[in-house]
Amino acid sequence: MSAHPAKAQRVGMEVSIAVSHAVQMARAEAIAAYPITPQTHIVEHLSTLVANGELEAEFINVESEHSALSACIGMSAAGARTYTATSAQGLALMHEILFIASGMRFPIVMTVANRALSAPLSIWNDHSDIMAARDIGWIQVFVENGQEAYDHTIMAFKIAEHPEVLLPTIVNLDGFILSHVVEALEFISQEDVDAFLPPYQPKYRLDPKKPVTMGAFAMPEIYTEVKYAHQVALTNSYHHILKVWDEWANLTGRRYRPVETYLTEDAKVLFLTMGSLTEVAEVAVEEMRAQGLPVGLVSLRLWRPFPFDALREAVKDAELLIVCDRALSAGGPGGPVHSEVRNCLYPLESKPATVNYIIGLGGRDVPPEAFHDILARAQKEVESGPSGEFFLYGVRG
Amino acid sequence: MDKFGFAQSQKFDTYASRLLPREEYFTSGHRSCQGCGEALAVRWVCKAIGKDAIIAHATGCMEIVSSGMPQTSWMHPWIHVAFENTAAVAAGIETGLKILARKGKIPEPLPAVVAMGGDGGTSDIGLQALSGALERGHNFTYICWDNEAYMNTGIQRSSSTPYGAMTTTSPPGKRSIGQATWKKNMVAIAVAHGIPYVATASPSYVFDLYFKVRKAIETPGPAYIHVLSVCPTGWRSATDLSVRLGRLAVETGVFPLYEVVNGRYRLTVQPPKLRPVIDYLKPQGRFRHLRKPELDLIQRQTLAAYELLLAKCQAPYPEFPVLTHEEEETIPEGA
Ligand SMILES: Cc1ncc(C[n+]2csc(CCOP(=O)(O)OP(=O)(O)O)c2C)c(N)n1
Ligand code: SF4
Repeated sequence: MSAHPAKAQRVGMEVSIAVSHAVQMARAEAIAAYPITPQTHIVEHLSTLVANGELEAEFINVESEHSALSACIGMSAAGARTYTATSAQGLALMHEILFIASGMRFPIVMTVANRALSAPLSIWNDHSDIMAARDIGWIQVFVENGQEAYDHTIMAFKIAEHPEVLLPTIVNLDGFILSHVVEALEFISQEDVDAFLPPYQPKYRLDPKKPVTMGAFAMPEIYTEVKYAHQVALTNSYHHILKVWDEWANLTGRRYRPVETYLTEDAKVLFLTMGSLTEVAEVAVEEMRAQGLPVGLVSLRLWRPFPFDALREAVKDAELLIVCDRALSAGGPGGPVHSEVRNCLYPLESKPATVNYIIGLGGRDVPPEAFHDILARAQKEVESGPSGEFFLYGVRG
Repeated sequence: MDKFGFAQSQKFDTYASRLLPREEYFTSGHRSCQGCGEALAVRWVCKAIGKDAIIAHATGCMEIVSSGMPQTSWMHPWIHVAFENTAAVAAGIETGLKILARKGKIPEPLPAVVAMGGDGGTSDIGLQALSGALERGHNFTYICWDNEAYMNTGIQRSSSTPYGAMTTTSPPGKRSIGQATWKKNMVAIAVAHGIPYVATASPSYVFDLYFKVRKAIETPGPAYIHVLSVCPTGWRSATDLSVRLGRLAVETGVFPLYEVVNGRYRLTVQPPKLRPVIDYLKPQGRFRHLRKPELDLIQRQTLAAYELLLAKCQAPYPEFPVLTHEEEETIPEGA
């Protein structure tokens, strides 16, 4: 790997601020947003960058998240590189428009600082907001730390705007746990970003010289075909995503994969995590390895399009897969991630047994010890009969 | 523009109608009902806004009758996103164009941005997005097609449905006279935002409509036009009566034609003497069940509202003084 951090600059910075700098370096032209904790620092800082003329962009202070995404669609349709950010109730209020943005193929980039959904009201982190928006047809990635948040924000524009992709893209980062943490980060130079990410060239835009009708309604004879085209574009975006991530690796030395693995060699038991929980799980897995336990970790970085093959490959030799969800599919088969993972593995002849632990809801702290505890419990579950159960971890009496 | 004021608009037969554009931007072949006042209004408004415009449209009758994939009736660049967010989408378009022009990516002058929606998409579900966009001062024109109910979903009541009207969700019955609330004053709500141009219009007064749209487009900042659009299907009226009903709405004082420029009210069509409201209500099946007490109430209410409007027109001071564009330009940058 050619690791030559091009004029890299090391800075200590709050992750939210780093995200807003990534948006600045990506030269976003149009931003519409509405404040919600824990996303606020991102848009506050962006509006300051715009106010100071450090980012040549328009910032619309809309009256709701519904209008934020609606205005983003308008700006993107006009041909501008467009960005927004939200969390929890804000994402839920956007819900209707999320489908429209992807159905109409606008390459909007959005940061979701993941947060629990009401009720009861909680401003703290879990993934119930984004899991409720699982099927919206956007590309979705999860990041583990501030560096990844910065990197993936810039890459998201390049992926979304590729003429064969043209899909809105969400970068998920854990609220507070990540968004409000100060980290050491490596920025690349503006010249490098400019070379990596050329200006947005819209394929279609609203232009009186070349009028087009956007957002027409579809009769049953054609609706399915349009949905099919969307599905094909989303699955095919996988290759473009890998290409962009490769390019980034060549530029910065930081390589990303749809499914990341850690100490998985010879591992009989694997944990599966997403987002910042992965870093905690790494600590726990290291401790377990030191005790001689054959334990490893996989983390899902790419959530949509779902990396079926990469996941199958990563877990195929394990006996037990412990899927850690940060959301509950109420009244359903457990956590949404577990559901999808089991679905992914089902056709395989030899596959690990799976158990599902739902942890860290509404900001409940998950220390490394929790993983030790979960391992012990999970192994007992498997021994004592067929699994397939899910467990809400840490519920008091 | 003022020379084309209400005087001309009333002299329909003396005005040289051939001076109006021949180009059609809302083409035939759309699927609206026979006699649809809304489709007629769209056609004239599209002529008035001219070629250099972008339209954002709300879900509703006019979207559904005109945009069945893969066909379209729109010669303008046109976008439909959802029911309640047209003003926000238009605000986004206007902002997107602005930044692209500032960066030299697209040439100036910029196309006009026009948002269109029904009374439901305007005075009910879309009111928040509209209020936000008016408050922020985007340079766009919002046009409400007011057919006084949710027609696209089958004649359900909206807050713009007049008192006493029968709809499928405000049916008259033993305990109901039909719609039990009075029509929301959407124009007053628009005026209250202190925007530079607000008007009512009707496709039954084509020149009046035409020039109001031109004024709205040419006014920098937000403009709002409320167009009464007769709907034979929902109003239970004869399809050949639509233009006549639009005129009766004005002649009875039910829907006065006026404009509010920088807070100053002016009637643009002044009927010499109001006709009784019953002339307007009678041809419409939706009011068929009303008896004398309700009809009298509607008559009194109509006159009271009309007098209030006349008083506003005579007020020596604007209700909401708005900075003119020139005044605004004298404010130093960054102030
Ligand atoms: C969020 C949402 N709720 C409901 C609908 C269903 N709907 C579509 S059009 C419409 C009514 C439109 O009424 P109006 O705005 O008055 O326009 P008209 O059809 O009368 O011209 C409704 C209720 C929708 N599309 N979206
Ligand atoms: S229902 Fe009314 S508004 Fe809708 S197309 Fe028919 S006549 Fe026009």
